Amino acid sequence: MDKINLEPAIEIIERENSHKGSLIPTLQKIQETYGYLPDQVLNILSKKTGIPASQILGTATFYSQFRFKPVGKYVIKVCHGTACHISGAEQISDVFRDLLGIKEGETTDDGLFTLENVACLGCCSLAPVVMINETTYGRLNPSKINKIIKEYKKRG
Amino acid sequence: MVEYKKGQGVLNSSKIKDDRVVIRVGYGASGIAAGAGEIYSAIVNHIKEKGYKNIDIKRTGDLGMSFREPIIELESREIDRVILGNVTAKMVPGILDDLMLSKKVNTDYIVAGTNYTTDDDIFFKKQKRVVLKNCGIIDPENIDEYIEADGYKALEKVLKSGDPDGVIDEILKSGLRGRGGAGFPTGRKWRFTRDAKGDYKYIVCNGDEGDPGAFMDRSVMEGDPHSVIEGMIIAGYAIGANEGYIYVRAEYPLAVKRLRLAIQQAEEKGFLGNNILGSNFSFRINIKEGAGAFVCGEETALIASIEGKRGMPRLRPPFPAVKGLWGKPTNINNVETYANVPRIILNGAEWYSSFGTEKSKGTKVFALAGKIVRGGLIEVPMGITLREIIFDIGGGIKSGREFKAVQMGGPSGGCIPSELLDIPVDYESVTKTGAIMGSGGMVVMDESTCMVELARFFLDFTQKESCGKCTFCRIGTKRMLETLERITRGEGKEGDIEKLEELAYNVKMGSLCGLGQTAPNPVLTTIKYFRNEYEAHIDEKKCPAKQCRSLIKYVIISDKCTGCTVCARNCPVHAISGERNQPHIIDQEACIRCGICYDSCRFEAIEIV
Ligand SMILES: Cc1cc2nc3c(=O)[nH]c(=O)nc-3n(C[C@H](O)[C@H](O)[C@H](O)COP(=O)(O)O)c2cc1C
Ligand code: FES
Repeated sequence: MDKINLEPAIEIIERENSHKGSLIPTLQKIQETYGYLPDQVLNILSKKTGIPASQILGTATFYSQFRFKPVGKYVIKVCHGTACHISGAEQISDVFRDLLGIKEGETTDDGLFTLENVACLGCCSLAPVVMINETTYGRLNPSKINKIIKEYKKRG
Repeated sequence: MVEYKKGQGVLNSSKIKDDRVVIRVGYGASGIAAGAGEIYSAIVNHIKEKGYKNIDIKRTGDLGMSFREPIIELESREIDRVILGNVTAKMVPGILDDLMLSKKVNTDYIVAGTNYTTDDDIFFKKQKRVVLKNCGIIDPENIDEYIEADGYKALEKVLKSGDPDGVIDEILKSGLRGRGGAGFPTGRKWRFTRDAKGDYKYIVCNGDEGDPGAFMDRSVMEGDPHSVIEGMIIAGYAIGANEGYIYVRAEYPLAVKRLRLAIQQAEEKGFLGNNILGSNFSFRINIKEGAGAFVCGEETALIASIEGKRGMPRLRPPFPAVKGLWGKPTNINNVETYANVPRIILNGAEWYSSFGTEKSKGTKVFALAGKIVRGGLIEVPMGITLREIIFDIGGGIKSGREFKAVQMGGPSGGCIPSELLDIPVDYESVTKTGAIMGSGGMVVMDESTCMVELARFFLDFTQKESCGKCTFCRIGTKRMLETLERITRGEGKEGDIEKLEELAYNVKMGSLCGLGQTAPNPVLTTIKYFRNEYEAHIDEKKCPAKQCRSLIKYVIISDKCTGCTVCARNCPVHAISGERNQPHIIDQEACIRCGICYDSCRFEAIEIV
């Protein structure tokens, strides 16, 4: 198992744990920091809050936002909402799969990109739409994607 | 076409009397995705470089003209108000120099104005903007702009009245119905929660916006967050609640940011907190971010999610009005419902109910997307026809294709065919078609969309999003999905349609929450209106829309192929080969039928057979 720094996690747990219903926000903060929910951190969360680990995992796995594996530096979310679906979202995914050599849920060997699907990014009139980390790109086509990926690869 | 006609355009006159210039950049999530960030920087940089003075640059929410984004609005005494569309960073220096030095605008860029009439005017002319009145106009991160636009006056009015029951009566009289989909009368819900016994009550705002293809609530939360907050405070006062929660979808970080800022500013001004505006009423608001589960839009699941649990719906009654968050009486409404409240209180129930039809009062916000010319965010009086929305406001179908259907209500809704385009848009008429009004998503489809494939798409969605509690919803949707997958693969059998209908009935009847009860709607409406497409897949193994990948082939017409190699270079699986300047050929074994070659060919040399 990879060694991870647990300090930020402990700080989050202590800060967030003060109010009712704070489990989901705590998990969100942990994922924001680590990119996923590491087992070790969930164990600490369980010890510190007294919530059984099974219940924490039960809640976390219910929500599609939470991941249990490390992710790449850039997380690519391809929108497969209705508007994007009828505007060629599958084609957009084909291009990403080809360019990166990975499928949904996988991360490239260099640790740079993770490919995911998402239900809708709320920019439906600009379909097809993709979000890379915090940046949303609309009105996409294969050649635009090529350019965008090249740009990210250059950035490293 | 843009024509100068003094005072004849769709925008109101500017109130600026001095030398000030205002520039508004459409800066909602949609505008930003279209490139508004670059435009904003270009404006700031050029102003600095040239040393222009007296310019006020504002970042607003989305105005709704997604089809022209990025957009900016210019306002000054000389040019009055104009909106420029499809702006690029390169255009910015020229636009600013024109504006500041020669006091004019390049008419090529104008998409709307006070003194200009344009082809896009009809986009605004048929709208009635009540909820959206500030979206794209005010800076949502500055509470003073909301206040200047009569913000928090409604709150002041109800606090002064000292009559919570009167507030509920007014909402009842307005005829406002919940905008989250089901259309339950808002005043009645408020009354239930007010009458419920309890020492502590909650107000919850549903900003989960689960329909994958809709963005009304996002736009309101980003573009006019204070209107939602004010509506919630008024609801709290009317019902006797002192605490509220806004539950926002995980994919809307900008909405969260702007809501947080708005709450903080409202606290600073005394609109939130203890003894609001000197009254003895106190109210505070918390924000909860969703974590990506469609079912959490359902009210009891949403409450479970706020409590930090798995978002599983539970049986009602008891309704949240009686037993909601932490077991306390809870009033839950949609974002748009709350945003309507301040307008109704300020202008009166009579004013509000003068819009709309007998049973569906007021206006409704819709998100227009899909194969439509003018896709974006609109608000129309209830009772307008679908045809007016799609063909007048929306400008009809893109690239000269034929209209096929409009999907309303997302995964709980259905597809409405062209024969029914003249129905009025109100709760009852839309429900009669088999679709539902829903929260306002309208995805328009042309002849290239296969209706069987679309039904499969929605079932795939609901099947994945089913929380698994009810057997029919969990397994019934799975069986329906498998059947639809077979049909779209060309492996449909006789009796499949009837099997789907039977399963649909059972899933509807055997599910406790709206997710399962409505999940079959997309299948049922497509069978009802497009049965021939199902039959073509099953009997002839053909996809009439030429979309289902297993039933089509892409072939190159060698007479038309110039050997330009574009398709070969774009093919993601390298299935196209040939010498430059010679006709190419597609290896059918390797081809995944993505259609990229078809879209990228400039010589119409590829056909689908
Ligand atoms: C599966 C499912 C998903 C829902 N999603 C939403 C949603 O995203 N937004 C919303 O406002 N209401 C949604 N609703 C409706 C809510 O349960 C509830 O009726 C609504 O928030 C009440 O507000 P209103 O009366 O103002 O419409 C959903 C219902 C179901 C069954
Ligand atoms: S459907 Fe893709 S952004 Fe909404």
